This record gives sequence, structure tokens and C-alpha cells, in this order.
Amino acid sequence: MREMGLALLVLFGATLATAVLGLITRFIDRKVTARVQWRVGPPWYQTFADILKLLGKETLVPGLAKGTLFLASPVLGFAATSVGATMLWSHALGLGFAFFGDIIVLVYVLTIPSLMLVLGPASSGSPYGAVGASREMKLLLGYELPFVLALAVALIHTGGSLRIEDIVAGQARHGAVIGSVSGVVAALVSLVCIQAKMGLVPFDMAEAETELMGGILVEYSGPPLAVILLTRAMLYAALPMLLVTVFLGGIDLRGLGIVWALLKYLAIVVLMVLMRNTNPRLRIDQAVRFFWGVLAPIALAAVALAAYGRARGIPWL
Amino acid sequence: MSWKIWALKKSIWVYHVNVGACNNCDIEILELLTPRYDIERFGMVLVGSPRHADALVVTGICTHQAVPRLQEVYRQTAKPCVVFCIGTCANDRGIFKAGYGSPTPADEAIRAVDPRAIIAYVPGCPPKPEAMIAGVVKALAAL
Repeated sequence: MREMGLALLVLFGATLATAVLGLITRFIDRKVTARVQWRVGPPWYQTFADILKLLGKETLVPGLAKGTLFLASPVLGFAATSVGATMLWSHALGLGFAFFGDIIVLVYVLTIPSLMLVLGPASSGSPYGAVGASREMKLLLGYELPFVLALAVALIHTGGSLRIEDIVAGQARHGAVIGSVSGVVAALVSLVCIQAKMGLVPFDMAEAETELMGGILVEYSGPPLAVILLTRAMLYAALPMLLVTVFLGGIDLRGLGIVWALLKYLAIVVLMVLMRNTNPRLRIDQAVRFFWGVLAPIALAAVALAAYGRARGIPWL
Repeated sequence: MSWKIWALKKSIWVYHVNVGACNNCDIEILELLTPRYDIERFGMVLVGSPRHADALVVTGICTHQAVPRLQEVYRQTAKPCVVFCIGTCANDRGIFKAGYGSPTPADEAIRAVDPRAIIAYVPGCPPKPEAMIAGVVKALAAL
């Protein structure tokens, strides 16, 4: 019973921490974007004010929508994101909730928000929502393969264990995964994949404000929209954390480790923001072709390279 | 001031409804997003769906065909929301006042749906971006 209470406390704390960190990251994203476009940009509390405002507004359910699914899917996506973020935080804080195969569970849990963004809009009864949902689905099919292959590179480098703990411990022994050729390639591939996972430009075709008027978000208003945007913001914190954990040597929150962890995290976030600001939106067929035709073979080559390096005992490959 | 009102004032999301404008006001509205004015400083962004909007920016004379559509967009907007009538046409139809194609001004069309709608007027042909910002500030002060 006490363990249950502790787990709930960690879940609550991790959700709160991820939400705050994510909203701050979202603010950094908007501010850097504004500076890139030579504007001043929003004040620091902007993202918090946005969420608060949406929570205070009216919830509209379209007449054609399947109301239960329409309203439940944002909440389920939020719940899944909290669980994923909790796994990352409990690892970073050394709470010892690790279990065998938790990296697989983590990848699985972090797909649920995207799946919920397919289900909810598809049940909204709006053609824009339906088109957005279909694009989100295709995008999901596109980026999952290279993403998993890129994670496999890290697993090969750190001894093949499926525990997050062992991945970090392996990196502590042999140096970070990104210190090798295949590691760099895998890290870049997974960076592009999480860009698509969060629906940021150039992979925002599911939202596509100029053609689908918000696409998957088009029928959501008030609190459900706030939950979706909060989930997005939490992914903005959780996915870079996942990359830091798997490729950049893990998150260590003791002493000076906090500074290091923050620097690694910010490096990934700034790369993502710059990628978002220097690219136009791809069409969905271009995106899927890019993921399956370009990134997946590259990731596969990185896996082969890593396996070869491991078999021959060449650590820098 | 309750947290709802504070957050609403700090984060106005704008949906742009053109009900028969000549595009002059629309260009001036887009001017607000440029580096010179940058209304994102005040938390205002353009959104693509009235469901997300806190403010409807109405431009144009509100033609006969546009009346039911404007009313529908207003019904689809999540309340509380503010309506801005931008430009002389949206205010009192200007030189088209006696025209057969614009029987109802934009504000009357919205009041027919919701008599208690909050409507702010920014006159001008087109109004300067500074005038629009001043109008928004005045409307928010009245909330």
C-alpha cells in the first residue's frame, strides 16, 4: 500500500515537472522562433496563460461527433504521456522503478498520444479532422520504423539490455552512444523522428493551419484543447529527455550533473526549433517516402555498422 | 479580477472572418503579425478555427450571403469571445450603406444571434495597425 502511494506521488510529481518544463520549452520555442523572424515574441508566462485561458472556456462538442471518444481521447493521450514521462523522471532521480524491457514499454507508451490524436479527430465528424487524422496515421507509420531502428543502435552499443538503467550504465562505462559514427547517425535520425512525433514543421501536415485550418485540432475547444496542447508541451519535454537518456549519456540530477543535463536538453531543443524554423511543410507522401526511403535505410546502415563494430571490438564505429 | 479574465486578456487568439471586404483591411490585419507591430508580444496569434478563437475579427460590408455564415461562425466560437469590427464597412457599411447587397451591418447580424455579444469597433478605410491595437486595448479594458 505504501509503495502504491509512493508510485502515485512520483506520477503526480513527474507529470507536474514535465508539464512545467514542457511549457517553458514551448515558450523557448516560440521566443526563438520570434527572434529568428526578427520579432520580439511573447512574454515568459505566455504558454501558461494560454493553457489557463483554454481551461476557463466553453467546451463545444460538434453535433456529428461521437462525444465520448471525442472527449476521452485527449485525456487518454495525456495519461499515456504522464506515464512515459514518469518512467524517464524516475530513472533520472534514481528511484529504481526500472524493470526488464522498460525501453520497449516507453516507446509503446509514447505512441499512444499520436494514436489518440488519430481517434479523437476521426470521431469529430469534421472532414478536416478526418483528413488530419489520416495524415497523422500515415506519419505515425512512417516515423516509427526509423525511430525504433535508431534506438536499436543505442541498445547494441550498450550491451543489448532492454533496461533504461543498463543503457545509461553502459554509456557510463564505454562513453556516450553519440561518441561513435553509428551513434551520431542514429541520434540525428531519431531527432528527425521526434520532430515528426510532435508534429512540428516540417512534419505538421496533420495540423496544417493553412490548408486544414488546424486539422486534427479543428473541432476541439476549451478544456479538451488545453489538454491536447499540454500533452504536446509535455512531449516537448519528454522526447528530448528520452534522446538525452539514450544517446547523450543519460540524465544525472546530482550536483553539477543538473547543469550538464540541462545543457544536453537545451542543445536538442534548440536543434529542433531551428529545424522547425528553416524548413517548409512537406506533403504527406513526401514525408512517408522520406522516412521509409531515406531515414530507414540510413538507420539500418547505422545498426549494421554498430553490430560490426561491436563484433570486431571497434568502439568508435 | 478572476484568473479566467486575466488569462483571457493575456492570450487572445484571433479568427479572421472576411464577410465581403476589399482585402485592404485584411492586409492591414496581417501587418499586425509583422516584426514592426508583432502582436504576439501581447499573446495574440491568428488561429485557423473559430473553435480555438477568443476574438472574431470581422472585415467587410457583410453581404447578403455572408450574414448566415457570419452568424454560424459566431455560434461555433467558444465563449467568452469578443468581436472586432475592423474598418468602416464592418462598422456601418460606409458608402455601401444604401446598397441592395448589404442589408445588415455585421454587428446587427451578430446581435441577432447573441444580444449580449461584446463588439468593438475600429473605424478607418483601412484602419492603421496602431488603431487596431488601440481598439483591442480598449475592448480588453472593458472586459
